[in-house]
Amino acid sequence: MKNTALTATHEALGAKMVPFAGYNMPIQYEGVNIEHETVRKSVGVFDVSHMGEFLITGPNALALIQKTCSNDASKLTIGKAQYSCIPNDDGGIVDDLIIYKLKEEQYLLVVNASNIEKDWNWISSKNDVDAEMRDLSEDYSLLAIQGPKAVEAMQSLTSHDLAAIKFYNFEVGDFAGIENVIISATGYTGSGGFEIYCKNSEVKQIWDKVTEAGAKPIGLAARDTLRLEMGYCLYGNDIDDTTSPIEAGLGWVTKFTKEFTNSEALKEQKNRGVERKLIAFELDERGIPRHGYDIVDGQGKKIGEVTSGTMSPMLGKGIGLGYVPTVFADVNSKINIQIRKNAVPATVVKLPFYKG
Amino acid sequence: MNIPSELKYTKDHEWVKIEGDIATIGITDFAQSELGDIVYVEVETVDETLQAEEIFGTVEAVKTVSDLFLPLSGEITDFNEALEDEPEKVNTDPYGDGWMIKIKCSDLAEVENLMSADAYKTLIGA
Repeated sequence: MKNTALTATHEALGAKMVPFAGYNMPIQYEGVNIEHETVRKSVGVFDVSHMGEFLITGPNALALIQKTCSNDASKLTIGKAQYSCIPNDDGGIVDDLIIYKLKEEQYLLVVNASNIEKDWNWISSKNDVDAEMRDLSEDYSLLAIQGPKAVEAMQSLTSHDLAAIKFYNFEVGDFAGIENVIISATGYTGSGGFEIYCKNSEVKQIWDKVTEAGAKPIGLAARDTLRLEMGYCLYGNDIDDTTSPIEAGLGWVTKFTKEFTNSEALKEQKNRGVERKLIAFELDERGIPRHGYDIVDGQGKKIGEVTSGTMSPMLGKGIGLGYVPTVFADVNSKINIQIRKNAVPATVVKLPFYKG
Repeated sequence: MNIPSELKYTKDHEWVKIEGDIATIGITDFAQSELGDIVYVEVETVDETLQAEEIFGTVEAVKTVSDLFLPLSGEITDFNEALEDEPEKVNTDPYGDGWMIKIKCSDLAEVENLMSADAYKTLIGA
């Protein structure tokens, strides 16, 4: 099991540690509900250094990204980031990721920890254009500073005007006394804030200054409830090697302005319409949907499965995502979630669940 | 870790308080601390008569679902309905307001199978 550069710090704070994607990670410190509320109402900091980072450079860096990723990276200018996914040849998804344009001919790809090796091998296998690839995952740390008070609480740590960094934009500069870090207005919580990329040797100083400035440590359990309240997909739950980006509602990052892996088939799927869709639902009665529970129709016939589910800390009710046949996918459609012996009624809703 | 000496315990981290032939049952301080924030307690077995070790309900934390096992055979007479709106009472007061069910025991000899506070303390390494 791997540690991040902050593992000892988390342990000293009394965090409950669990294995996640091969890393020893903090799942909670004080408690998931209070941590969740901190991010929704104030500011918290997550150590997400397990995430993978690949640097792609050279005259054909963009060409490699364009042929392997679904979104149109030619739209990126220096200082902008883009959410995208890596389709496979069979209609599924290798991974979802964020692409940063650092310089001309230089891009940073940020991928899921559980997929680092798979993604590296996949992109390498497509690299017949001689782009230079470097895996920085072991050398770089990532902190997510999230919450409505992030800008105000962190401004004293940098000479950059944090309020001026727009969503999915970033700057490279000084932060917490360290030079040359990426300050990115991105995140996985829906509550605003920043992600900070730095070297492993620098992250302890940044963590200490960020927590001194008022950000509370937040564990991965709250990261999951926060992302689910927004309806953000989690790779391995809501999207995987068998789910198409069109079915998953990721058509907005699947751009047919260029060719990419399996783009012809996905384009046809988009034009023809999909047979099943990833939907968001809220339970009409008490109960908590969980990954793997059956979704059933009014007659008790199985029509799909829950891919993510939880008790929403902000709404106080059961919420979830899951795939159902398109006829059940319209907002306000009635479905049922099989929770042990009971088929609990649920309603298909529009995302996000929580509208802050 | 709070382990009241007057209660009996199970390896499934439940506590049992015996008064005559009525047993009050909940989960231990250790169990609530391991589970984390409890968000749902489901008991749909009131008025049923079950054998010891049968499942009488479910406790759900944010990330986990755990079955609740009946420590003693008997009829489930009461569910602590306050937990429907405030399941967090199991976290804040596991031996008091966080109690889960009461049962009418059908075989008090089974009490011999339960653990003392000291034995439970040893089990969890407290």
